[in-house]
Amino acid sequence: MKVIKIDKGEWTKGLDALRESFRLFGPVKEKDFYNFKELAAGEAPEMKIQNTRISSKSLVFPQSEAMMEYSLDKDDEDQGICKEVAKDYSPRAVLGMRPCDAKATVLVHMNFDNGDYQDPYWLNLYNATTFVGLGCDAPCSTCFCTTAGCGPYHEEGLDLLLSDQGDHYLAKVLTDKGQALADKAGWAADADGRTLDQDKTAAEGKITATIETDRLQALDTLALHGADFWEDVSFSCINCGTCTFVCPTCWCFDIQDEVYGKKGVRMRNWDSCMFPIFTVHTTGHNPRGTKLQRLRQRFMHKLKYFVDKYDKGIMCVGCGRCVQQCPVNIDIRKVSQTMNSLDAENFCAVQGK
Amino acid sequence: MENPYLPYPVRIDDIIVESEDRSLKTFKFVFLNPEDEKNFAYRAGQFAELSIGGKGEIPIGIASSPVEKGFIKFTVNKAGVVTSHLHNMKVGDVMGVRGPLGNSYPWEQLEGKNILIVGGGFAFTTLRSSIIYMLDPANRKKFGNISVVYGARTPGMLLYKDELIAWEKRDDINMHITVDGTDDPGWKYNVGFVPPITEQKAPQGDANSYAIVCGPPVMIKFTQPVLEKLGYDHDHIILSLENRMKCGIGICGRCGIGKELVCKDGPVFTLNQVNGTPREY
Repeated sequence: MKVIKIDKGEWTKGLDALRESFRLFGPVKEKDFYNFKELAAGEAPEMKIQNTRISSKSLVFPQSEAMMEYSLDKDDEDQGICKEVAKDYSPRAVLGMRPCDAKATVLVHMNFDNGDYQDPYWLNLYNATTFVGLGCDAPCSTCFCTTAGCGPYHEEGLDLLLSDQGDHYLAKVLTDKGQALADKAGWAADADGRTLDQDKTAAEGKITATIETDRLQALDTLALHGADFWEDVSFSCINCGTCTFVCPTCWCFDIQDEVYGKKGVRMRNWDSCMFPIFTVHTTGHNPRGTKLQRLRQRFMHKLKYFVDKYDKGIMCVGCGRCVQQCPVNIDIRKVSQTMNSLDAENFCAVQGK
Repeated sequence: MENPYLPYPVRIDDIIVESEDRSLKTFKFVFLNPEDEKNFAYRAGQFAELSIGGKGEIPIGIASSPVEKGFIKFTVNKAGVVTSHLHNMKVGDVMGVRGPLGNSYPWEQLEGKNILIVGGGFAFTTLRSSIIYMLDPANRKKFGNISVVYGARTPGMLLYKDELIAWEKRDDINMHITVDGTDDPGWKYNVGFVPPITEQKAPQGDANSYAIVCGPPVMIKFTQPVLEKLGYDHDHIILSLENRMKCGIGICGRCGIGKELVCKDGPVFTLNQVNGTPREY
């Protein structure tokens, strides 16, 4: 698809033009970090950052969201009947999303539209959104996207991919949605045949960290599950859930009813497989009652169950947020390496336990 | 886009206290909107989320049978927030039901086969649904011999007593009702745990036979070797699993046992399938 040139002056003007037809979202400074927020009038997204602290997943999957509402008033004829909550699904655009977060959206999409059921909350927000990405020319030391099925100029999940060229952006139009946004913004300058290829190659060259995954699919699920290294890996884990909250591909949620007076709402909130209550039965029995079992679930889900279920690689895009923010330095690259190098000859011994 | 999280409004039409300790009640629901009943077309072995505004939802196996029309039934053990609230609700109260959810027993595969049903405690609900379905005049000829081993702690804890007695009298189903113990001198059925009664009374398994097993984990654990001894293959032993659930539609992520989700890929699995999972249930 075609590449256009956007002068930085045009960029700011274009944003103002876009506000007429889109709600705009982008990275903004929040205390000492950057996170995705709705941009106030006149506010521009912060494009010169390495990455946001939390992924962009909340843009289509809010951390807390009302699903339904109901009356608990005995005099109300609709008492106890769940009703849809009014939602704003007017067009919105995300600016400055990194390719890792965009690829994560593609992976998570498979969960929220699983063939049998479509999750309307996630899909409506997703469909209403135009995703404008920014290629990463200065990766973090913890980035390992190029070996996680992604990359600093990866295009999957994006409608428009920008590359920062100093006084201007080059923008690769990837979809009709991206073209429509560029049109609305008035970005149409010809790039004179220039492409993003060189920037892509240069950026990929800067990613030096890797994740090993080549044997995961072939390895036996129960051998991996029963392997003795989980004791070591989970030893320092405090089950804080930070990894799942900052992760762009973690999608688990809880559903809770909240009541105010005679009105109630059914909410959904991000949840985490790190928490014991995630799986505890009413009887008190808990299939994943120990931290070893919970940590193992997280890595097995990302690096084995997902791989086997979808045949689309690992459920990780290499953004490195969990590596950066884990308070006890658990590193998914090291865990994957340990899983990936499980000794085939130990299978029987492990399973025999 | 249809919203799979939105429950159908239902009215409680009847409440039957099933057990002597009053911990088990059967709730009969009628849909407020008749067209919802059509959308709730289900098969025996599926479950639904019972939904109470202000309390939450609880996944419960459907105890009524697809051949019973005009209502749906669920037998509910009083245990947590939602079920305790439900136990205090009255006939005429309005609440929600969301479903049907999950797969079902593999009825196409079961046609033409001998069926052994082994149930324990209050896990007899979808088994009741299955028995009513198979005994329906339109369906009975589709199945070979039907045998049932069903046990509870005491006679007073058995579900659906009137139906059990009626089935006991029929000649197209072999009933083996048992209790762990009783001081009732008039008890004319078996006394003993489900696994040994299964060993004594259940027919031999072969390529033409399937066993459907639902019950507490300890019952399943000790029934498995009995069924193996009787000649039931692991892919002819059918289990229905339970896990904590929220969405019920394979999205929220908590009920996974390996790559399988109990809510959507199950709750019905063969023992063979279960053996291939980390068994985190």
